[in-house]
Amino acid sequence: MRRFANSPLFIALWAALLFLPFRDLRSAGILFALLFAFLSLMFVIKKVKPLSCLPVRLRLPDMAGHRNILLLCVPILFFTFPFFMQNYYLDVLIMFGIYALLAMGLNIIVGTTGLLHLGFVAFYAIGAYTYAILNTRFGLGFWICLPVSAMLSAVAGALLAAPALRLKGDYLAIVTLGFGEIMHITLNNMSRLTNGPNGIIGIEPPSVFGVSLGRPDRYYYLVWAAVLLACFVIRRVTGSRIGLAWLAIRDDEIAASTMGINAMKYKLLACASGSFWAGLAGIFFAAKMRFVSPESFTFMESALVLCMIILGGLGNTYGAIMGAFILVLLPEVLREFQIYRMLVLGVGIVLIMIYRPYGILGGGSESART
Amino acid sequence: MNLLELRGLTKHFGGVRAVEDVSFRVRDGDIISIIGPNGAGKTTLFNCLTGLTRPTKGKIFFEGNDMSGLPANRIAEAGIARTFQNIRLFSRMTVLENVMVAQHSRVRYGLLRAVLRGRVFRDMQRAVRERAMEYLELTGLGQFAADLSEGLPYGSRRRLEIARALASEPKVVLLDEPTAGMNPSETSGIMTLIREIRQLGRTIILIEHDMKLVMGISDRIVVLDHGVKIAEGGPEEVRNDPAVIEAYLGSEAVHC
Repeated sequence: MRRFANSPLFIALWAALLFLPFRDLRSAGILFALLFAFLSLMFVIKKVKPLSCLPVRLRLPDMAGHRNILLLCVPILFFTFPFFMQNYYLDVLIMFGIYALLAMGLNIIVGTTGLLHLGFVAFYAIGAYTYAILNTRFGLGFWICLPVSAMLSAVAGALLAAPALRLKGDYLAIVTLGFGEIMHITLNNMSRLTNGPNGIIGIEPPSVFGVSLGRPDRYYYLVWAAVLLACFVIRRVTGSRIGLAWLAIRDDEIAASTMGINAMKYKLLACASGSFWAGLAGIFFAAKMRFVSPESFTFMESALVLCMIILGGLGNTYGAIMGAFILVLLPEVLREFQIYRMLVLGVGIVLIMIYRPYGILGGGSESART
Repeated sequence: MNLLELRGLTKHFGGVRAVEDVSFRVRDGDIISIIGPNGAGKTTLFNCLTGLTRPTKGKIFFEGNDMSGLPANRIAEAGIARTFQNIRLFSRMTVLENVMVAQHSRVRYGLLRAVLRGRVFRDMQRAVRERAMEYLELTGLGQFAADLSEGLPYGSRRRLEIARALASEPKVVLLDEPTAGMNPSETSGIMTLIREIRQLGRTIILIEHDMKLVMGISDRIVVLDHGVKIAEGGPEEVRNDPAVIEAYLGSEAVHC
């Protein structure tokens, strides 16, 4: 099978068949002919199998020397965006920031502690609905609701985890998946509190000293301040003995417990702190959209955030941000190529998995994390 | 003084009597070996001692306190550390991190300190790193500190397990077949290492099949067979004990 998969004929045929639904038979035929000729030529010249003449793993350039420059330049670049960008692009960047928060939160649970959590969207929903309800029913402001939403999410995260963490691996995944669905159904049916499928409208954007932060250029700074804070805090925690305990539990829970680590306590802590950032993302989402409905909190969101951290590299905080960047911005950039959008995205993900199997920034050692 | 005492320790798995009424005492600074044929219950005994399985009956006293039934992390905190027969390293962490993890319960700080990183935190973190390095140097792994532990050669992985166990600063170290799969020169290296560990004032309980190592290093030997303690004593005593010979070689051998 491996030999067959490496033959130029097979690869060309496979690519042409993938291409077929988007164009006519003739274009697919041309693609097949060109690809077959090219690969066969490679095969003759290099006397190697086409797939293995490509590098097996792509190595990232060594950034260690330039790290400080990068850490300085990227924020400055981000700071200047609202001065020249249209609102549409700023909105995309705001969504990028919100997903970056979600991805960093989930990364603590899945990437660092190794607990496969498929119901993460529930805590995003709790954050968003907490603000929506407190704001529209009780008139509470954004700044009071900010800690309340995040803490409530964290508590909910720990409460779900307490019974669920008795399970491991696939079983834990199923239970958390179920919890995500329960939350979705609850939001749909608890009409008196959540207004059901119609959602809650008229949520106020935040304001400071009477100045509304609802405009995209102002809201942009608010969201990214939260992202920077999250990145800073999470990296410091994962670089401490708490982070080491999480990693140890991920690699071998039994060995970790014989090293004096209370595995249950640290898994709870991971779930609570991951959910905390999801709650924060939720309130930013609600205040930006000024509208929440159960539709925004489906399993697809959980899956999307999971894809982000896997793409970026499990366990790497910058990787989580990069994964969010790719999966939020790429679909927007490819919007003009409507029908090819999912194809390009799929091919991109396959390429990343071939050349960076541990994710774009993953697979590194200590220096990559702390 | 007795550092560790087992009283009638029993562990049944359904109908299987893995460990049956085993009692012995360990004095501070001793090297005790536990030997016995495969399936004699040696590893189960270790699992009971470290809190990985709850004994069915019997008590474990450590420094006079009843430890039976405590969870593994509390027992580790109290000062019992172990290595595993089938190596259980944190494979995707670096060698140094593996050893740093073991210092978990020897430093105390919470989330807030970790985020603020004040003076106290930095001092603790530096101390943890330095101590971890010391244990790596002791076991001869200093040069691998920055490598991922899954990339280490087999012998070094076994040594890393020992370094990790030591780094939790235990009073008793339980070594579960530290020389399994090693060649004679590696085995004698481990023997030297065990002696050095004793020099550090640690008490050692050893499960081992290499009789040369066991006889050369042990103060006392406990022999298990089918979960039951069949003999206990110094190396000479045990070597000549008919019950031990029978367990290892069969009853025919005794009469020859």
